[in-house]
Amino acid sequence: MSALEDQARARSVRNAWALSAPALVILAVAAVGPLLIVLVYSFLTPGKYGNVEWQFSTDGWLGILFTRDIFDETLKLADAHLTIWWRSVRLSLLTTLFTFAVGFPTAWFIATRPPRARGFWLFLITIPFWTNLLIRTFAINEVIRNEGLFNTVMIRLGLFSEPLRIINTDAAVLMGMTYVYLPLMVLPLFAAIDRFDMRLLEAGYDLYANRWQVLRHVILPIVKPGIVAGSILVFVPSLGAYVTPRVLGGGKNMMIGNFIELQFGQGRNWPLGAALSVTLLLITTAALLFYVRAANKGGNGHG
Amino acid sequence: MIKSSDEKRNGTGDGTRVNEIAIEARNTIKAFGQGGVAVRALDDVSVEIRKGEFFTLLGPSGCGKTTLLRLIAGFETPTSGQILLHGTDITHLPPNKRPVNTVFQSYALFPHLTVAENVGFALKMQGRPRAEVAQTAREMLELVRLGHLADRRITQMSGGQQQRVALARALAARPQVLLLDEPLSALDLKLRQEMQVELKRLQHETGITFVFVTHDQEEALTMSDRIGVMSAGKIQQIGSPREIYTRPVNRFVASFIGETNFLPATLGPEGARLSGGEVIELATPGPRHGPVTLTVRPEQLRLTPPDEPGALPATVTDWVYLGTDTHVHLQLRDGTALVARLQSNPSGETDLTRGGAMGVRFAPGAVQVVED
Repeated sequence: MSALEDQARARSVRNAWALSAPALVILAVAAVGPLLIVLVYSFLTPGKYGNVEWQFSTDGWLGILFTRDIFDETLKLADAHLTIWWRSVRLSLLTTLFTFAVGFPTAWFIATRPPRARGFWLFLITIPFWTNLLIRTFAINEVIRNEGLFNTVMIRLGLFSEPLRIINTDAAVLMGMTYVYLPLMVLPLFAAIDRFDMRLLEAGYDLYANRWQVLRHVILPIVKPGIVAGSILVFVPSLGAYVTPRVLGGGKNMMIGNFIELQFGQGRNWPLGAALSVTLLLITTAALLFYVRAANKGGNGHG
Repeated sequence: MIKSSDEKRNGTGDGTRVNEIAIEARNTIKAFGQGGVAVRALDDVSVEIRKGEFFTLLGPSGCGKTTLLRLIAGFETPTSGQILLHGTDITHLPPNKRPVNTVFQSYALFPHLTVAENVGFALKMQGRPRAEVAQTAREMLELVRLGHLADRRITQMSGGQQQRVALARALAARPQVLLLDEPLSALDLKLRQEMQVELKRLQHETGITFVFVTHDQEEALTMSDRIGVMSAGKIQQIGSPREIYTRPVNRFVASFIGETNFLPATLGPEGARLSGGEVIELATPGPRHGPVTLTVRPEQLRLTPPDEPGALPATVTDWVYLGTDTHVHLQLRDGTALVARLQSNPSGETDLTRGGAMGVRFAPGAVQVVED
């Protein structure tokens, strides 16, 4: 009897592997392979006209934070690189915060509409996805640039005497990323709030909680999985953002994505670019691991 | 069980003789919707609920009983009228500022908190010290006999246990009034009967005023000190279970609580005259004259030989054996159908025949005049 059971189990395991084989092959060829190439390149020496020379070097990895003095070859912290790292992390965290600040009331609003109206509001949220990211970003550019819609109207109204310079600043990048990633925050928040039992609000008020306490002790702990999911969905792509900082931040306000692109282009330092890519990947993985842990905790432990 | 709760009722009845009013609704109107399509869930309701009593709002669904409860809790504001707590106007006080707690029909327990954290929630929100919160939560869980499950999660509790947690949570902050919104409706019969006894015990031990909403007339009769019967947004009658049952003021109350018979009659100086010509003497002859409706409970009917003097002539149309009782369906000469509830014989047999003639008598004082 148990031999038969073992056989059946072995067969079902074999079948499972066979079924997932195509996906595993694609993952191996298209994801793991290129990653290994990137990893190998990060330990090589930059070639003169781009590409790499097959000579082992850790300079690519050192270049993430340090720079070599051109005269005595001593290592120094590279202020420019640190600035870019710091800007990337800071802008990504702020983007997450802003999308949450705007997205939570939005998601709450949608989730508390009558069921038939909800579809309409969710549909509105997804409309930006219909347009290419680049076009949307240029549209923002059109609104906030010095001769753009915002400044023109403000000057015509006599509120500003000269255009407010928003374009090519961190604020412009932040604005653009908040706009672009807002739906990624709203949708998981909506899913969490939609499941939230609104009768718990009355229970909270009934048990002497004021509005703030109901938010803090009832709503937020219960919709926490949605908050964490939305934050990760916004934070991870923000960190690697390329188009938005390029179009709205100008050449100077680089983020990591632009910095990596620079190494493969004008910088002609492929190992540094590869090392930066791997570092970004590690940070993203750490963020995702944090998410998985937080999500599990929300499921069965103390909120 | 009915007898024991009857005794308890008398026991708590002594306390309510003080007649201090805990909750008063004054001419409250609650309309939902606007203008022409507005529906009055409460239509000029006034009620006084005494301190320390077990008061039940009884009525069919949609009669406004839950709306009245929500006005007292503060979840709704009346369109007009006032809600008073110990004489203070609380009509516009938000629910978190009212010393009133609710046991919700759905329990509405917090799924992210443990049993003890749920029970301690109110005290925590009031900013009490952590040790006191934990201590009170423990005591309350002991009170509802769940002390051993303090660290469980809500999702691990059965329906009956969740019900007790909801009770402990609502009692933890020692409210002046406890509101219970059909709290037993989700439980099966056996658990429901257990919880009825449990609720009476808790009310007795805490001395808190209970306002209980239900559509179950039996539940209302066995548990309440007083009952307010509601229908169509109005209070139809307020009184002790015995008053409500034995002296219903109108047709609705008489038929909603227990089973009853109605007889059309005309009041005159000699008593109530049925359309068949027979005259029934009333224990308390009213001042009214003219056409009225009489009501008499099935258990107050006596069957006699057809020729007994003073008995109403009737025909047996059918009978139903129900174990303890046998229901005998009768028809009077004027066509009025009556049901008599007789105690069954030891053998369960009857000597009735369908279509046979019988006499019907009413127990003295059992016939009441009701408004339509």
